[in-house]
Amino acid sequence: MRPLSSFGLRAALAAFVVLLAVPASQAQQPLKVGIVTFLSGPAAGPFGVPARNAAELTAELLNAGTVPAPYSQKGFGGTPIELVIIDEAGGPQKQVAEYRNLVPRVDIVIGYISSGDCLAIAPVAEEQKKLTVLFDCGTPRIFEDASYKYVFRTGPTGTMDNVSVALYLVERTPNVKSIAGLNQNYAWGQDSWADFENAMKTLKPGIEVKTSQMPKLFAGQFGAEITTLLGSGAEVVHSSMWGGDLEGLVLQGAPRGLFEKHKVVLSAGEPAINRLGTRIPDGTILGARGPFGPFAPDTDLARWLKTTYQDRYHVPPNYASFKMTQAILGVKAAYEKAKGSGNGAPDQDKIIAALENLTFEGPGGPVKMALGKGHQAIMDAAVGTTKVEGGELKIVDVARYSADKVNPPDGVKSEAWIKSGLKK
Amino acid sequence: MSSILPVAFDGIAYASWLFLISAGLTLIYGVMRILNVAHGSLYALGAYAACSLAGAWLGGGLPAAGSFAMLLLAAVLVGSLVGPLIERGLLQWMYGKDEVVLVLITYAVFLIMEDVIKLVWGVDSLLLPEPYALPGNFQLGGLPYPVYNVLLIALALATGLILAWALYRTRQGKLLLAVIHDREMSMAMGINVSRVYLATFAVGATLAALGGAFTAPTIAVTPGIGVEVIVLAFAVVVIGGLGSLGGAALGALLVGLVRSATVRYWPEAELFSIYAVMAMVLIARPKGLFAAQEARKI
Repeated sequence: MRPLSSFGLRAALAAFVVLLAVPASQAQQPLKVGIVTFLSGPAAGPFGVPARNAAELTAELLNAGTVPAPYSQKGFGGTPIELVIIDEAGGPQKQVAEYRNLVPRVDIVIGYISSGDCLAIAPVAEEQKKLTVLFDCGTPRIFEDASYKYVFRTGPTGTMDNVSVALYLVERTPNVKSIAGLNQNYAWGQDSWADFENAMKTLKPGIEVKTSQMPKLFAGQFGAEITTLLGSGAEVVHSSMWGGDLEGLVLQGAPRGLFEKHKVVLSAGEPAINRLGTRIPDGTILGARGPFGPFAPDTDLARWLKTTYQDRYHVPPNYASFKMTQAILGVKAAYEKAKGSGNGAPDQDKIIAALENLTFEGPGGPVKMALGKGHQAIMDAAVGTTKVEGGELKIVDVARYSADKVNPPDGVKSEAWIKSGLKK
Repeated sequence: MSSILPVAFDGIAYASWLFLISAGLTLIYGVMRILNVAHGSLYALGAYAACSLAGAWLGGGLPAAGSFAMLLLAAVLVGSLVGPLIERGLLQWMYGKDEVVLVLITYAVFLIMEDVIKLVWGVDSLLLPEPYALPGNFQLGGLPYPVYNVLLIALALATGLILAWALYRTRQGKLLLAVIHDREMSMAMGINVSRVYLATFAVGATLAALGGAFTAPTIAVTPGIGVEVIVLAFAVVVIGGLGSLGGAALGALLVGLVRSATVRYWPEAELFSIYAVMAMVLIARPKGLFAAQEARKI
């Protein structure tokens, strides 16, 4: 065969380039967003599936261009988004392997509910140089113990939850003298209790800690723990439990009078509202890991999420749903800021620069990427008390705390900030 | 004294629950030499079936006391349908293989059943609080306790006594003991070992489901409850001696009491206490407290 002449070669190459370019301009390539959330295991019901549902709903409505302002532009800057959803179950080691498989398939990763998974994924994201937005996990250690370029978290840390319930409690029962805890025996439960205990000691010096119960995660049965709490004489019982453990605590504790004898504080109790309803006794202090679900402000964006989610899934969106939508909208805001008025897709570094220190509107209100050198969000906190009215569980006496009041300044570790008097 | 009573009661209540879930596991191991990991999912299946049956019963406006019968029915249904299905459909082809292979096979069954449960019931928790709240509370040492826990203790006692009677006082039980002692010799003497295996697995599965069904009213039934249970049940059975019913009872009591005392006096060590008991027992008696003597084969 005769070799192609230089002209022929150039013509063939040009034709090839044109062929490649045509489909791209005719049908726009979607932006691929990896979504990692629990689809199986005990965290799927309370968090994983509500978050997955929110991701699917948000992506679909963004692509349709029906999300309220400032997110009414279709997709991300006009480019449709396509989700690649994977299961978070299996533990950090498995998740690291799953993450490595996911990275080449997607442009951005949004995910992770478990603090253990977040701590494991963050350094791998850095190594893989892939923009990774953590949406739910609570441990403040991620940006307090390390610094990342490619990792962000658009949800507030767990510190804020426990500081805000402590403030709420002391405002309402200023003479409180003793507390007790019932928390799951792993990072989340231990950190939550430490933050609450330290915040209470700061706010009420000399407060007595009667007992700190640490049952195994997913133990489900707390007969002996409830006995000990009932006999402890503590005025307040704090629990950061979630999922089946939290529901088990209410089911076992309420008939035994735990909620009548003690003021019970459920710092992450909001998702249980949809499951337990009026079974949660009156007077229980409840947090939602931020201004989410029933604590969401009355904005177009919050109403949009509540209505569209309820219509499609026939339950209200819980805090996991809010935080997932918030993460997607945060990335969209950064993407569009990075894109500016240009036509081309912004490169990853530009999106990262845009997301750093960004303030954007989420369905739970304003989100400031204020900690961890602009990589960690802070938000206002909200706490309320349960009350059954007309056969329905309502949240009453809601107090809001500004983000600055319940989060440490940038560069100060949460624990040190709480112990040093919650000062700015 | 005022703190000993609550500790003892909580310990015994927990032990009863542990015994219910461990009895079937040790029975199956004793007879079939299978460490049945799928026991955990049979427990979960019992809990889910109980939620569906008792939930339908209560939803139909029928008398609440009848929900207890539904819990029993759920256990029997799971045991008599799913137990034989696993044994006839899978395990009977695997007998004679290495014990480790059988553990892996039952682990595979466990994983499949976890997904089947998710397909049927979804990932949201199921709640069945009525039977737990129905009998009310009683006072002990000045603290309220659920009467339901007394029922649980009675159920465990009855289960243990019926099992012991069936094993040691009936003809079928004696045939089973013969199979435990020497499978080959039993076959030579004309015992239908295959039928004994089927019956044992069905009874073991029913016991697992019974544990699940009667736990359902006290917890939120969620995916993954079987995993938690199987680890605990293994610990109890290993403490008591694999294959020993009395061992399972004593192991459950020991773990229950130690855990309850730890929760009261040293809550940080709760997780550690169960395995500390196991380690100490195994140091003193490597085959557990009541390990059956192996028949010497020449």
